[in-house]
Amino acid sequence: MSIPHALLGLLESGPRHGYDLKRAYDERFGHDRPLHYGQVYSTLARLLKNGLVEERGIEPGGGPERKRYAITDAGVTDVDSWLMTPEKPELYLQNTLYTKVVLALLSGRSAADVLDSQRAAHLKTMRELTTRKRNGDLADQLICDHALFHLEADLRWLEVTTARLDELRKQVS
Amino acid sequence: MGTGIMGDVVLRGQGLRKSFGLTHALEDASLDVVSGEVVAVMGPSGSGKSTLLHCMAGIITPDAGSIAYKDKDLAKMADGERSALRRTEFGFVFQFGQLVPELTCLENVALPLRLGRTARKEAERQATRWLERLEVADVADKRPGEVSGGQGQRVAVARALVTSPSVVFADEPTGALDSLNGELVMRLLVDAAKETGAGVVLVTHEARVAAYSDREVVVRDGRTRQLEPA
Ligand SMILES: Nc1ncnc2c1ncn2[C@@H]1O[C@H](COP(=O)(O)OP(=O)(O)OP(=O)(O)O)[C@@H](O)[C@H]1O
Ligand SMILES: [Mg+2]
Repeated sequence: MSIPHALLGLLESGPRHGYDLKRAYDERFGHDRPLHYGQVYSTLARLLKNGLVEERGIEPGGGPERKRYAITDAGVTDVDSWLMTPEKPELYLQNTLYTKVVLALLSGRSAADVLDSQRAAHLKTMRELTTRKRNGDLADQLICDHALFHLEADLRWLEVTTARLDELRKQVS
Repeated sequence: MGTGIMGDVVLRGQGLRKSFGLTHALEDASLDVVSGEVVAVMGPSGSGKSTLLHCMAGIITPDAGSIAYKDKDLAKMADGERSALRRTEFGFVFQFGQLVPELTCLENVALPLRLGRTARKEAERQATRWLERLEVADVADKRPGEVSGGQGQRVAVARALVTSPSVVFADEPTGALDSLNGELVMRLLVDAAKETGAGVVLVTHEARVAAYSDREVVVRDGRTRQLEPA
C-alpha cells in the first residue's frame, strides 16, 4: 500500500492539517493499521520536497502541526498515474506451505495433517472475517471480502493438494 | 419444537457405513448436530457428503452404524414415525428443484404446515411471517418459475423453517447463486436458525459459505474428520 499516494489522494478534496489527514486516512483505510503522526509528517515533508504538496496558510508560531497542506498540479498528476498503474498480481510460487508439504512427504510425516491444520487455521480466520463483515459497514464488508476471497483461493489450493498427495509423494521420493 | 437448549446434541450419527452396489459411499462417518449450531460438511465431490446428510435425515438407511434423534434410534422407528419426524422436526434446503412448481411461493411455504394438518389460514399466516423474515414477502403470489434463483432459495429457506424444525439440512443451498445472493441466503438462514435454536447441517464446497458455520467436518473417501482450529 502506498501511503504517500493515499495521502495525496485525500488532499485532492481540499487542503488539510496533518492531524486531520491522519484521521481521514485512519477512518477510511486504517482499520487494522492506523498511521503514526510521525509517519504522516515525514511523508508530508517528502511530498513537499518533491513538489507534490505545498504549504497553505501557515499560522504564526508554526511547528509542523500548524501547517495546512494542499496538493499541487504535479501531485494530481502523480495520483492519476498511480491510480491507473495496475498493482502487480502477487505470485505465491514456492511458498512456505508447499515447502512444508514436500518436507513432510520426504520425512515420512503426514502431509495431510500439515494441510489440514492449515485448513483449520484458514477457516478460523475466515469465520472471524465473516463475523466482522456481518457487523460492519460497507467499507468493512468490502475490505473483509477482499481478504476472504484470497483465503478462499488458498483453501482451494489446500484441497487440490490434499487430493494429489499420493501423486506428489511418488514424485518427490 | 425447535426450543432445544443451545448446546444439546439433537441428532447423532455414529460409525455410519453405506454402500451402493460396489461403491462404498460411507466407510466410517460420524456427525453430531447441536441445537443452535451450524456445522459445515465439506470435502471433495463424491466423498459422501450428500449420502451422510441423507442418512442423518432418515431419507436412506445406513448399512451399519447408528443415528439417534434425541436419544431415539432412527432404525428402531416405524416408517410412519420416521416420516413424521422428517416432516415436523427436520427442514430441508437443496441446491434447486425443491419447490412445487404449481403452487405459489406462499403455498409452498405453507405446505409443510398443511401436511401437518394446520388450518389453511393459520398456515398461510405463519408462511407470510417467514417470507417477510427472509425478505421475499413480495413474491408470495408468484410461482417458483417466476422468481429469481436467489428469491427461490430464500423461499426454500422459509419453507424449511416454517415448522420450527430442530434440524435443518442444507445441501449446497447456495450452489446455484452468485456470491452476493449466496451470502444473503446464508446470513438469513443462519440468523433464522440461531433464533429458533435449530441445528444446521450445511453441506458446501465453498469456503466462504462454510465460514458462516460454527464448526467444520471434512469428509474424505467416506470418512469424517473433525478439524480442530489451531
Ligand atoms: N443412489 C446412489 N446410487 C449409486 N451410487 C450412489 C448413489 N448416491 C451416491 N452414490 C455414490 O456414492 C458416492 C458418494 O456420493 P455423494 O453424493 O454422497 O457425494 P458428495 O460428497 O455429495 O459429492 P458432491 O460434492 O459431488 O455432491 C459417489 O461415488 C456416488 O457416485
Ligand atoms: Mg452432494
